[in-house]
Amino acid sequence: MKDHKPVVPGWFTTDDEDFRLLGTRCTACGTVFFPRQDTFCKNPACAGTEFEELKLSGRGTVWSYTNAGYRPPAPYVSDPDVEWVPFTIVAVQLAEEGMIVLGQAEPGITVDDLTVGAEVEIVPGVLYETEDQVFTTWKFKPTGASA
Amino acid sequence: MTREREVVVLGAGMHPWGKWGRNFVEYGITAAQAALADAGLDWRDIQYVAGADTIRNGYPGFVAGATFAQALGWTGARVSSSYAACASGSQAIANARANILAGLVDVALVVGADAAPKGFFAPVGGDRPDDPDWVRFHVLGATNPTYFGLYARRRIDLYGATVEDFAKVKVKNAKNGLHNPNARYKKAFTLEDVAASPVVADPLRLMDICATSDGAAAVVLCSKEFAAKRTTNPVRISAVSTVTPTFPSAVIEMPDIATDSSAAVQPNDLSFRASLAHAAYEEAGLGPEDLSLAEVYDLSTALELDWIEDLAICGRGEAEKLLRDGATEVTGRIPVNASGGLGSFGEAVPAQAIAQVCELTWQLRGQAGARQVANAKVGITANQGLFGHGSSIIVTR
Repeated sequence: MKDHKPVVPGWFTTDDEDFRLLGTRCTACGTVFFPRQDTFCKNPACAGTEFEELKLSGRGTVWSYTNAGYRPPAPYVSDPDVEWVPFTIVAVQLAEEGMIVLGQAEPGITVDDLTVGAEVEIVPGVLYETEDQVFTTWKFKPTGASA
Repeated sequence: MTREREVVVLGAGMHPWGKWGRNFVEYGITAAQAALADAGLDWRDIQYVAGADTIRNGYPGFVAGATFAQALGWTGARVSSSYAACASGSQAIANARANILAGLVDVALVVGADAAPKGFFAPVGGDRPDDPDWVRFHVLGATNPTYFGLYARRRIDLYGATVEDFAKVKVKNAKNGLHNPNARYKKAFTLEDVAASPVVADPLRLMDICATSDGAAAVVLCSKEFAAKRTTNPVRISAVSTVTPTFPSAVIEMPDIATDSSAAVQPNDLSFRASLAHAAYEEAGLGPEDLSLAEVYDLSTALELDWIEDLAICGRGEAEKLLRDGATEVTGRIPVNASGGLGSFGEAVPAQAIAQVCELTWQLRGQAGARQVANAKVGITANQGLFGHGSSIIVTR
């Protein structure tokens, strides 16, 4: 079996049972950061320099969505010899964190499966594979509920 | 702002947009010489050169002010070079204006030029996981049109916009571009042409999204005292807004893969794009009701509709109605992109914001030919680029 490796280390859990994005929270003002922030707080009214890691919400609502009708250029990794199949990109609003996070939808999910305001969950997925490694990432999947 | 803090646009010039396959410096010099001729000045009269940088043409592009000054022939003029993504041209204008208003120089030349690659803009090379521009391409495959598609979809799902509305923007701007000698595309489009083009980022099709172009634009700016000896009814720059976002920025923007969090601090009522225009109106002491026309950054057709609302020309969700009523046509109540916009030009990044000011200058002088907006007195520009850059400039006569 190929070795599994997160496309960016430390951005999500490696536990498939409770898969979550990992962010950090400023211990001084409570602002949440994804991608994680570990050095200084970006809130201009806060001088915080200490952060705790937290799991972001496992569900959110669709803020918007689109797809990639054309193959994105490098550094996106794809095989130019394989016919291009568009993937869907979702912008998801996380209520508790007060932020919008982008991600690809699970393979097979098209723009016709989504509407603004619909609920999605975050699930583990594969971004690309090399000869000896699988690079993992996060994906979004509709739950069927409308928020 | 009071009238004494205005500067004058004494000259404007461009090199036509296209894919010419030549060095960006050539385009820049053509535009600079056209602006100098329009101002009735010799290059040796210029005391300050503000260059807008291109990051895709090596070191000369990073030091554009000096590159243009050297190409025109060293004269000892002072230089600056600005990079601010799509707002680079406005930052260069801001630098020149600040030097003039501070009384350090009387007259300045502002130049931006680009030779652009074909297809999607991609990040600068190398593996850089700390660079959000690299991350969004590598981890998500999120190109610039991805973001345009997200914004366009919201107009459909929230405001009832249709893809035909978006196509109408293209048809309008293509019609305007037909009459612009500097536009790259001088071809009329129909709604059917747009609908027949392939989907790039749903719901946007190829004809909804602006291309990348070669091109150059230049303006000669001067103090009112310097202008008084040369013109009796000058076109003036009344505001240059280059504000950054305020924390927490709540709209997903290129190249970020997440917004700021509003867990601790509530977002400002004004979005970043709206705040750009708001600051320009404040500085000029004018409002949207004073506008004769607007040149906005239609990176996509749908984005033109967002900008109309960001400029407070109408409320949120109302731009489609203005479009459908013909209000944004050259003959309408508030013409938008009379130049033909990016839809007719394609984007030449460091030149584009300067080109918007050239168009307003010609419109306010009554020199815009078949695309002339009747009795134009006040014009506004708006643009936005990566990494919290944007600008809005108000030109008056």
